[in-house]
Amino acid sequence: MTDISQGSAAKRPGSLLLQDARTVKRNRAESRFKIYGILAIAVGLLMLVTLVYNIVSRGTGAFTQTFITLEVTLAEDKLDKNGNRNLDEIKKVSTFGYAPLIKDAIGKEVEKLGIQTDLSAKDQAAILSKSAAAQLRDYVIANPDKIGETVQFRFLANSRVDGYMKGRVSRESIANDKSISPAQLDFVDQLVADGVIVKSFNLDFIFGADASDQRPEAAGIGVSMIGSLFMMLVVLALALPIGVAASIYLEEFAPKNWITDIIEVNISNLAAVPSIVFGILGLAVFINYMHLPMSAPLVGGLVLTLMTLPTIIISTRASLKAVPPSIRDAALGVGASKMQSVFHHVLPLAAPGILTGTIIGLAQALGETAPLLLIGMVGFIASNAPDSVASGLLSPNSAMPAQIYEWAKRADPAFYERAWGGIIILLIFLVTMNTVAVILRRRFERRW
Amino acid sequence: MPTLWLVVSVLVLAATGYVLGRHRALQSAGGDIRTLHSLPIYYGLNVAFAALVPALGVLIIWLLAQPMIIESSVSGMIPGDAIPEDSTLGLVMSDVRRVASGLDIAVAQGAMTLEESNSLHAEGTDIRARLGEVGVALGSEVRAEVLQAAQRYRQMTTTGAHAMTVVVALLAVAGLAVAYARTHKDFRARNVVERGILVLLILAASLAILTTIGIVFSMLFETMNFFGLHSWKDFFFGGTWAPNFRGDSELSILPLLWGTLFISFIALLVAVPVGLFAAIYLAEYANNATRSFAKPLLEILAGIPTIVYGLFALLTIGPMLVDFFGKGGLLGVEWMAGATSVLTAGVVMGIMLIPFVSSLSDDIINAVPQAMRDGSLGLGATKSETVRQVVLPAALPGIVGAVLLAASRAIGETMIVVMGAGAIAKFSLNPLESMTTITTRIVSQLTGDTDFASPETLVAFALGLTLFVLTLGLNILALYIVRKYREQYE
Repeated sequence: MTDISQGSAAKRPGSLLLQDARTVKRNRAESRFKIYGILAIAVGLLMLVTLVYNIVSRGTGAFTQTFITLEVTLAEDKLDKNGNRNLDEIKKVSTFGYAPLIKDAIGKEVEKLGIQTDLSAKDQAAILSKSAAAQLRDYVIANPDKIGETVQFRFLANSRVDGYMKGRVSRESIANDKSISPAQLDFVDQLVADGVIVKSFNLDFIFGADASDQRPEAAGIGVSMIGSLFMMLVVLALALPIGVAASIYLEEFAPKNWITDIIEVNISNLAAVPSIVFGILGLAVFINYMHLPMSAPLVGGLVLTLMTLPTIIISTRASLKAVPPSIRDAALGVGASKMQSVFHHVLPLAAPGILTGTIIGLAQALGETAPLLLIGMVGFIASNAPDSVASGLLSPNSAMPAQIYEWAKRADPAFYERAWGGIIILLIFLVTMNTVAVILRRRFERRW
Repeated sequence: MPTLWLVVSVLVLAATGYVLGRHRALQSAGGDIRTLHSLPIYYGLNVAFAALVPALGVLIIWLLAQPMIIESSVSGMIPGDAIPEDSTLGLVMSDVRRVASGLDIAVAQGAMTLEESNSLHAEGTDIRARLGEVGVALGSEVRAEVLQAAQRYRQMTTTGAHAMTVVVALLAVAGLAVAYARTHKDFRARNVVERGILVLLILAASLAILTTIGIVFSMLFETMNFFGLHSWKDFFFGGTWAPNFRGDSELSILPLLWGTLFISFIALLVAVPVGLFAAIYLAEYANNATRSFAKPLLEILAGIPTIVYGLFALLTIGPMLVDFFGKGGLLGVEWMAGATSVLTAGVVMGIMLIPFVSSLSDDIINAVPQAMRDGSLGLGATKSETVRQVVLPAALPGIVGAVLLAASRAIGETMIVVMGAGAIAKFSLNPLESMTTITTRIVSQLTGDTDFASPETLVAFALGLTLFVLTLGLNILALYIVRKYREQYE
């Protein structure tokens, strides 16, 4: 026996451990295939990393801003010629009337620090933001008693100076730029050395209002954040009750017939309708037909509600379905009506799942842009927080993603930085909402 | 805002009704709730619902119907010869509305008394100047018919608002009174309340149908208006997209459809191989640790808002492609003029769709029974041979469904193409040129100052309807394929 087996083994063209050409080929194909899979995942993750890296590296700049600290003498002869502190007369001085004060202030600062420069006073003052005079005027109108005194101000620097401080603008890149010259950058360098120009955290970007094309340094996302908040309130107030009610009916009460079938097919199709179609619906129904005001958070909220409803209904139905029938049977068994068994027992048990689905739906709605463009949620709102909050649901407002889109459309690279910064804020909101949803699910989900 | 106050007072009334109803039920039972038919709360709810539901229902219907009735009645006042030749009834009506709201503002600001605003004559006063004083800018002189119509419009709106307040308030009070009178210890309050709740639930569920109907009809009407102004042959079979506001626009969907399909094709070219191979690896090769690490990370890509991808296309991928293919680029060719191109939008959209394809395919591959894999491996096939010759053919219908769903997403995607694809409508095979899509044109035709009587604006509705039908068709096809496949193994 052993002889035979040894003999047949000897007849084999090679050892069992030696691979023939075909096996080698097949094994190579095998490892190639595996590598393709790894590569695909690597490509996907690489894209994610690139995206996140891009957002963070380009957007963090928006959170710091270059400020110039100056001591401005609020000259009485320029601001209040009659000296009677009459607010109406003070208000008659336009921002042009304040520009000389700033020029004087920067001239004095240069003198004090002993900086040598060939720049004219006008060019020196040009490193400040165009909003500086308005800032000064607002201060004087708010504190008329300070006229005649010398007050320290922190002005925004011009966006080019800000870009220079952040490394976005260099002496080479401004060769064709009329708004700033290399000499001004030298001047900036000197002021930086003396500590007059500093870069610090920019709270106004997070809480401020949008600014005009000329002043990217003053633009903030705060007002559109409030617009988004209003819309989310509308979505929450409408989509959650309607979505839960619809799911309860479909899951617990609906008879199996063709009407229910149509509703179900409808819901799953609505979930896949492109978002821009909801924008067209909003424009045609809410604005053209019902004459609701354009750019109003109420209209935006209504459109987003219709868009979010399918998401909420689908997740609510899933969590209602996850509640075991024994709960319903037990409730019915002790004499509860069908309605009582659902509202007193099934719904509370499904609540964590419903909440999770709602938060995810809201997060989706928060990032949606296309339908908002159609109903004009890109209102340019320059008023700051207290006014814009009070204006409520029916007055024009913007929304975070729409504001980001507006910034991306403006040609100035300083606005691109704002757009990336806005995305960081938007993503912080989305990540927080999704994390809360995941935590809620982990914490309260019951396995039956 | 009187409507808001009306709603608030109805709500207050309902709350009072709740307390009253509950109290009356308890009283009729002599304080012993065991003799009541239902729990006391149901008697309260019954009264509250009776006050609330009919009143609010009528309020909503009234708010929806009133503009329509006023519109048709007022537009009947405008004689056909009062409509200028280059204008339409819709435009005249929007003038009417603007004058009416201007008068409202003037009265609110105290620039005019109510009587004065009602007795104005176009011959006697310069309406345009008077309204200009209160900050209402009018495009042209106000003609007598328009002013009359505006006054009538205001009058009807005011009367309507008064009538609505009275009717809603009466309904609320009447509902409360009737329900209160019926409250008695033998009244079957729970059954009534539960039936009411069921009706509300059904209404909520039918909102989904209402939305679909709203979508279809809102676009259908405007599309019909569009085809009244513009030939449908040009829209479906013409070759050029060249809107201009002189009135001789060529509005054909074909170049836009070409751009849309081209960009979607490139997106799928990126997303399908990457997503599919990622799904195969995750389902067949990866151990648990890799799977639980890579899968959620990939799915993050699906949760990122499209505006982020749009910016990524415009400011990162676009300039990067220009660095390669543009003037003075690394390859030394001058194939790309600007950052916006079919390739830019397609690649970024592909990235967005990777998790879409991968998680759907992952589910489908996992649904293939293990016995089929075991059989193949037992016959000596390697893992990759099993995947290619057994698992993938079995999962193919599902994967095709997933790809179709991804395609429908790609066709309907807006922000990425608005920011990354450009605005030139043409037939071209060069992926480095900028091209435009259906969604981009919808956005550009409907944003800004739009005039809903010109074909250049109305075409957006026809485009929207086409888009809706296209994506709906793809979705239904995909769901059909997926569902059919599932039946084989369950």
